[in-house]
Amino acid sequence: MKIVVLTKHVPQAIGEVSFGPDLTVDRSAVRCRLQDADEYAVEQAARIACRRLDVQVTALTMGPSGASAALRTALARGADEGVHILDDALHGCDAPATSLVLAAACRRLGFDVVLCGTASTDSAMSVIPAMLAERLGVPALCRCDTLRTDEDLLHATRDDGAGVGTENLTAAMPAVVSVTDRSGEPRYPRFEAIADARQKLVRTWSLADLGIETTHVGLAAAATKVGKVTRAETPPATATVTEDPQTAAVRIADFLTQQQFL
Amino acid sequence: MAKVLTLVERDAREGTVRRSACALLTLARRLGEPVAVVGGAPPSGEVIKELSRHGATEIWCLADTDQAPRATDTDLLAALAQRLNPAAILIASTSGGQETAARLAIRLDSGIITDAVDLHPGPGGEAVAVQRCLAGSYLVESTIIRGVPVITVRPEAALPEPHPAEAALHTIAVEPSPHRAPRVVAIPEPRAACPTLDHADIVVAGGRGVGSRAAFAVLADVAEALGAAVAGSHTAAELGWVPSEARVGLNGKTVHPRLYLACGVSGSVRHRAGMQGAKTVIAIGDDPAAPIFKLAELGVVGDAQTILPALLAEIRARRRPHDPDPDPDPR
Ligand SMILES: Cc1cc2nc3c(=O)[nH]c(=O)nc-3n(C[C@H](O)[C@H](O)[C@H](O)COP(=O)(O)OP(=O)(O)OC[C@H]3O[C@@H](n4cnc5c(N)ncnc54)[C@H](O)[C@@H]3O)c2cc1C
Ligand SMILES: Nc1ncnc2c1ncn2[C@@H]1O[C@H](COP(=O)(O)O)[C@@H](O)[C@H]1O
Repeated sequence: MKIVVLTKHVPQAIGEVSFGPDLTVDRSAVRCRLQDADEYAVEQAARIACRRLDVQVTALTMGPSGASAALRTALARGADEGVHILDDALHGCDAPATSLVLAAACRRLGFDVVLCGTASTDSAMSVIPAMLAERLGVPALCRCDTLRTDEDLLHATRDDGAGVGTENLTAAMPAVVSVTDRSGEPRYPRFEAIADARQKLVRTWSLADLGIETTHVGLAAAATKVGKVTRAETPPATATVTEDPQTAAVRIADFLTQQQFL
Repeated sequence: MAKVLTLVERDAREGTVRRSACALLTLARRLGEPVAVVGGAPPSGEVIKELSRHGATEIWCLADTDQAPRATDTDLLAALAQRLNPAAILIASTSGGQETAARLAIRLDSGIITDAVDLHPGPGGEAVAVQRCLAGSYLVESTIIRGVPVITVRPEAALPEPHPAEAALHTIAVEPSPHRAPRVVAIPEPRAACPTLDHADIVVAGGRGVGSRAAFAVLADVAEALGAAVAGSHTAAELGWVPSEARVGLNGKTVHPRLYLACGVSGSVRHRAGMQGAKTVIAIGDDPAAPIFKLAELGVVGDAQTILPALLAEIRARRRPHDPDPDPDPR
């Protein structure tokens, strides 16, 4: 069974990130690391590998040269090998282009399951899993809280997102699965595993290796155009108010209604 | 005027129109002619009425067939995009909506913008979306320059404004795409009145400031009225107001709800360790210097003991079924 785990290298402190002159995230100015969401995906892959003998786990990242650090983390946590898609033409990719590249890499690697996190911390779009599934022509099981593999079936549970309850899902492999931070805490790797990870194979692929034209990706090919970026004066409106109980109650209820909790 | 498609969300249990659908129609009106798209089973008379009342000029749904599986929302929107060549497609940024939008953008070879908090027409009439990026520290305005723009919108981005229109109901026959959705093998078990803390969408938590065991019972009623789980700080657990399994923090539970309502909780480091993952925090407490207020999107300085009963009454009044005033807008 082949598992591809997507691992994104993201800025460590999102609050300190700024935009470059071309209005893309200035990834060189900040310290990056493997994002938490993907650690849960790596952990799931490692757990599946513990339960059956035939598992091979490949960690995959697309990002500037520093992104291979995300692969090393994944390798220390149980991935068998890494693939880094590195190509200067990728700078400024939008989500459709990112999914195009990741899908080509998954196809080239071959997979039974593509595992990933639910959302990136930088763009927070949570669209890549479904986009990949659409491109690869396979089911997407998004936001899973638990995941179990059968001979050739996947079983998962997730919040149904409609406020009713927990949904039990099943899908035939191959499939794309995104897991939440409720799926099981990542275990901290032993020292030997960290040392051993340096010996594992990391391959670097360019767009040419994937047969993708450079004109189809990157900032110039982006389907979205950023017009204006402004620093928000106050990060998410924090209001602290002092009021009598009745007014306070109405105010809280209004807030709950506005946010659709009521 | 160009049409703007909005995907209608319906309540999973009641089949009624969600507030988000009315909010999307309100936003769509700024960009063109609002058209409501209803996936799944055909809409009821009530649904049609509610969509008309919020300005839908057309309502599109699947021609009812016994075909199983039914065409998905992605299939339906892709077919309508071809047929109506809309100026934009708006979808609520719920988990399901995000998935539909992602697949749709790939199928249409369109650009996509997610989680817009505002929408307005640009100089050429094109849709300009505003996103709050990087933990809310930047406001980013962007447009889509390829394909039919696919935009997911935060449900709270606009207040629904009634704008009565005569909506014409249309059906369209859509061939379901090769079925790639995972099969739901178990219907969601209706969530217990008090969901387990680990998976709760809403958590109502109390600390020493709640004041007494009796006042904690009111807090539990507030939780029940919201369909939330009850939690407590270490102090509340030590005082015996909540069972120790409901203790949130270091050495206790870690929760990731969409809403965390903290009542009389100071927000010590060890408590914060268990609830920092909450998406939205509301805090009620009498000490404005308490660290919990730094995490809160809404902080109310006051006595939790007197605010909780008032809040319970207010929530119950709004939850009352068959509200005599049909306008969902509380103001
Ligand atoms: C602030 C901001 C706003 C943006 N807004 C838009 C927008 O509105 N429209 C648009 O088209 N693009 C947008 N982008 C660009 C787009 O997000 C990038 O192409 C991005 O890298 C795509 O992944 P994602 O962040 O959407 O992934 P998500 O869908 O948020 O993440 C899901 C999972 O996919 C995997 N993954 C994602 N990217 C990679 C990767 N490079 N390598 C390996 N695995 C990966 C990870 O496992 C991740 O956990 C935005 C980017 C930023 C930083
Ligand atoms: N040189 C590069 N090689 C590979 N991927 C890159 C490179 N530069 C940026 N990316 C990726 O392209 C996407 C958008 O990057 P950016 O425009 O820098 O925000 C992200 O997924 C980056 O990781």
